Amino acid sequence: MRGLNKHIIGDEELEQLLNELFLTHGYDFTNYAQASLRRRVNRLFIVDRISSFAELFYKVKTDKHYVTHLVEELTVNVTEMFRDPHVYKILREKIIPVLATHPVIRIWHAGCSTGEEVYSMAILLDEANLLHKSLLYATDVNPSVIENIRKGVFPLHHMKQYSENYIQSGGKRDFSSYYTAKYDWAIFDQKFKARMIPATHNLVSDRSFNEFQVIFCRNVLIYFDKDLQNKVLDLFDESLEKLGYLVLGSKENIRFSPIVSKYGQTDPHEKIWRKLKSEK
Amino acid sequence: MEEAKIRKVDAIVIGGSAGSLEVILAIVAALPASTKTIIIIIVHRKNDAESLLENLIKSRTSLRVREVEDKDPLRYSTIYIAPPDYHLLFESRKEFSLDMTAKVQYSRPSIDVSFESAATIFKDSLAGLLLSGANADGTAGLISIASNGGIVLVQDPSSAEVDYMPQHALANAKVDFVVTANDLPAFIASICK
Ligand SMILES: C[S@@+](CC[C@H](N)C(=O)[O-])C[C@H]1O[C@@H](n2cnc3c(N)ncnc32)[C@H](O)[C@@H]1O
Repeated sequence: MRGLNKHIIGDEELEQLLNELFLTHGYDFTNYAQASLRRRVNRLFIVDRISSFAELFYKVKTDKHYVTHLVEELTVNVTEMFRDPHVYKILREKIIPVLATHPVIRIWHAGCSTGEEVYSMAILLDEANLLHKSLLYATDVNPSVIENIRKGVFPLHHMKQYSENYIQSGGKRDFSSYYTAKYDWAIFDQKFKARMIPATHNLVSDRSFNEFQVIFCRNVLIYFDKDLQNKVLDLFDESLEKLGYLVLGSKENIRFSPIVSKYGQTDPHEKIWRKLKSEK
Repeated sequence: MEEAKIRKVDAIVIGGSAGSLEVILAIVAALPASTKTIIIIIVHRKNDAESLLENLIKSRTSLRVREVEDKDPLRYSTIYIAPPDYHLLFESRKEFSLDMTAKVQYSRPSIDVSFESAATIFKDSLAGLLLSGANADGTAGLISIASNGGIVLVQDPSSAEVDYMPQHALANAKVDFVVTANDLPAFIASICK
């Protein structure tokens, strides 16, 4: 049975692996939530057909390409356009009208993976005639996903689901008007990526680089332990204008963080907070 | 199936899919208000924004009911529900976490993922129950619970609306008790602290 012959990484082995990744390659996973990280390391033994910890450790020490692959496996890049359509409905109806009053709209998508979330937001801004004065900073720790944002190309077979999500978010147009289909790919309109600034940025070790009216960080904090979550929330607080919005994943929360006292939740059912005060 | 295995546990994980809702509601309805044991429910379902399942369960019990959010603390006398579209994991006996990695057995939440995680945290103070369903999710999780010393329970397939899931578990895992839908509420209450 599948459940029996799995390699299960021990505590010390995991620590050794994480130390090596940090000391030699600069990737710091030490404050990632352990349960999920363990699952992903254990999965490596199966998908990469690795038979022992020694073998895994040797690959990490000696094989740069393997480390790139490992970082991709450890950072979970699953994403979707208009995931949780109700969130985009609120953005459309309540938040975008507020953004419209700014001369330049700066938005940061932190941990945006392959960019589905960024393209979703760009579509909303376009429909509100605000795209031309918006800048969407799209960052992730994983360099290979950033490349995809530059291309603006997504698998065609997902478009049916995305189109349904789009309609549920209050979209009125024909979703397929935003891309051209070519073979198995949907190539999105150039006007979107023209307003995007893709870059690698590591939330663990890199600093604040601008001030924004909206910061998205959806389904990234779940991979961090509470200490790291708090550290990253401080970074967002530092990077958010007064009255700016912080948009988290639908099961994430700022309630364990000291910044909570400066923020108000825009709707009790949505994970969107507005910065009310600049000082503690 | 030895009698010796029956004992009270700190946590019970319940996994179900197609046809499991009625049984789950009957089980929670039968839990006494004094129940301490933590109940964690993992069911395959659509991503609904309205927390339908949470409200249904709340209507049947006076215990605390909560759809889990990331890093929520675990508390006694509480029924937790895995949120749709995430895998539910245990960081420790005191803390949940969530995970958005790929589906396992076509499912997110996956019963296997939560059962395996619970097994490594609660060891022999855990019981895992697998209910009606049309897929193979849950079997690997039960195997993991067994190898960590926990109690393995499966709904009697003849009493399940869809017998594939419990059948699959019986064929592949070492099961301690096979219990009919009718007997499950009392059985679960009896292993709760
Ligand atoms: C599950 S995806 C979320 C994508 C998107 N925001 C969504 O909700 O659909 C998590 C992303 O977080 C990124 N990530 C993980 N650790 C990170 C870090 N330390 N700094 C920046 N991004 C990170 C991963 O590379 C991955 O692309």
